[in-house]
Amino acid sequence: MTTVEQTEIEVIAEEADRARVETPFQRFRSDFLESHIATAALVTLVAIILVALFAPVIAPQDPYDLSQVSVLDSRLPPGTKSPDGYTFLLGTDGAGRDLWSAILYGLRISLTVGVMSGFIALIIGSTVGLMAAYAGGRVDAVIMRIVDIQLSFPAILIALMLLAVFGKGIDKIMIALVAVQWAYYARTVRGTALVERSKEYVEAGQCLGLSSNRILFNHILPNCMAPLIVVGTVQTAHAIALEATLSFLGVGLPQTEPSLGLLIANGFEYMLSGRYWISFFPGIALLLTIVSINLVGDQLRDILNPRLQR
Amino acid sequence: MNKRSAPTLSVRDLRTHFHTKVGVVKAVNDVSFEVKSGQVMGLVGESGSGKSVTGFSIVGLIDPPGRVVSGSISFQGEELVGASEERLQKLRGNRIAMIFQDPMMTLNPVLRIDTQMTEAIRAHRDVDKQTAWAEARDALGQVGIPSPEERLKSYPHQLSGGMRQRVAIAIAFINKPDLIIADEPTTALDVTIQAQIIHEAQALCRKTGTALIWITHDLAVVAGLADHICVMYAGRIVEEGKADDIIDRPLHPYTIGLIGSVPSHNKRGQRLYQIPGMTPSLLNLPPGCAFRNRCKFDDQECLIEPGTTKPVRGRQVRCYHPQRAETVT
Repeated sequence: MTTVEQTEIEVIAEEADRARVETPFQRFRSDFLESHIATAALVTLVAIILVALFAPVIAPQDPYDLSQVSVLDSRLPPGTKSPDGYTFLLGTDGAGRDLWSAILYGLRISLTVGVMSGFIALIIGSTVGLMAAYAGGRVDAVIMRIVDIQLSFPAILIALMLLAVFGKGIDKIMIALVAVQWAYYARTVRGTALVERSKEYVEAGQCLGLSSNRILFNHILPNCMAPLIVVGTVQTAHAIALEATLSFLGVGLPQTEPSLGLLIANGFEYMLSGRYWISFFPGIALLLTIVSINLVGDQLRDILNPRLQR
Repeated sequence: MNKRSAPTLSVRDLRTHFHTKVGVVKAVNDVSFEVKSGQVMGLVGESGSGKSVTGFSIVGLIDPPGRVVSGSISFQGEELVGASEERLQKLRGNRIAMIFQDPMMTLNPVLRIDTQMTEAIRAHRDVDKQTAWAEARDALGQVGIPSPEERLKSYPHQLSGGMRQRVAIAIAFINKPDLIIADEPTTALDVTIQAQIIHEAQALCRKTGTALIWITHDLAVVAGLADHICVMYAGRIVEEGKADDIIDRPLHPYTIGLIGSVPSHNKRGQRLYQIPGMTPSLLNLPPGCAFRNRCKFDDQECLIEPGTTKPVRGRQVRCYHPQRAETVT
């Protein structure tokens, strides 16, 4: 019996060592940083978020304050001195706004709209998806057919229709984006939850007398987190692009609160006259944001997908 | 243990059938047994003999198309067949707990041990988090887990199979249930750990007066553990009696075959006995004794379903030809 106990103790000690060396988060971090591109993307993304957060501190001009904006300064090339003493780093747009300031404020709007609508869609979509998976049968069939119908239309078409009905405004564009996105989350969660539901820990939870809600949200949902995180990042990038598209088409945000899409649209008419900067720089900002989110999302998918485990 | 005391669990004529598209599967067919407090009952049978379904019938977790068709399950005098879902939910994990075969699967992989243990406590008792946490720590200590405070903070994948099963046992015992149904809890473990787990479960039951139903296919496991053994075959209990009696003097040809197939030191050098044939499909059982086709004592009489007889005091057997072991193996 002593040898048995000894081996048992050794095994326990080994396990304890391993547990101390690597927490799941540490392993996740080292896996993520393995790819240089993803690391660069993450750094870019964090920088973009910080810049957007601190826009009022960084920006030399408040583009929403009409007293600071003069039409006489419109369409100045990058590097021109402003009458107030600072430099128009990226030039000015057709309304005389400092483009650098406008981009910073535009990023705020684009990120807020993208993240918020993604988050609301995630909550609605995953609740619906969980319900469908748990209820099964007819409820599941009805919900998933609605999802199928929704996904068979192009997202931009649905958003355009909704905005044509609602009109302009941040709240309206968020409603439109949520309406377009929830179905992706619902489908993802339902698929994963169906697999998780048949696992034994669910049965064990039932045997512990836990309520259905508890099992659904405390046990099954955390196990669906990996695909949700991946879909969430990719969808956020989509939402930002979609918002920019809608604003570009003139149905998104009002002129007074320009998002990146609106800035690009504003400069579009001057493109051929050589005043490239009005569209070009907001475009670069949009591109950097979306590409960095997508790269981070790709890396997350590689890490969190058990089938690609190295 | 007071022998006169009312049984903790009394199952009478239980029938659980699965109404599938191809026919009715009679997974549990006319099963009756009793378990008293502090007693360990071994439910032995091969795969598909209905032992797990019996366990799930007791806690009311038979999923459609399965259904308890008839019979009675009386738990401390309370009828469980037809009881409301809320009532069953209150009993599960609280008065009746279960332990499953694969501890990797029964613990949620993304939740820490302490989350899962305190959840089990707080689902049934109104205690604050600190109290629940302290109870969880003590429970882990009781099942022989060293440094329980550290273990509580780990995730299931950081523990070995034996440790995980100890955690599962600790969770089962945590609300001091009156009955625990253990469904092959040691099958996934290696033999040394198996012995320790069995020892700990037995000690806990003796200490707390919990009745234990130990479902297994391994007679050797229950031989040292159970007070009482029920042998199941094709949805029926074919033999029932005190553990020692069944191991030493089996009566039913099937039990005799099972015991004959276990290696032992006084059969050294001989080929082990093997029961001929295969378990019949439960979908369309032939009339009469289900073991008929594999039994060498099969005759005209066996075409009619045998009832329960009591050839020896305190024992029951479903067979027209209760045997002595030597005549079969």
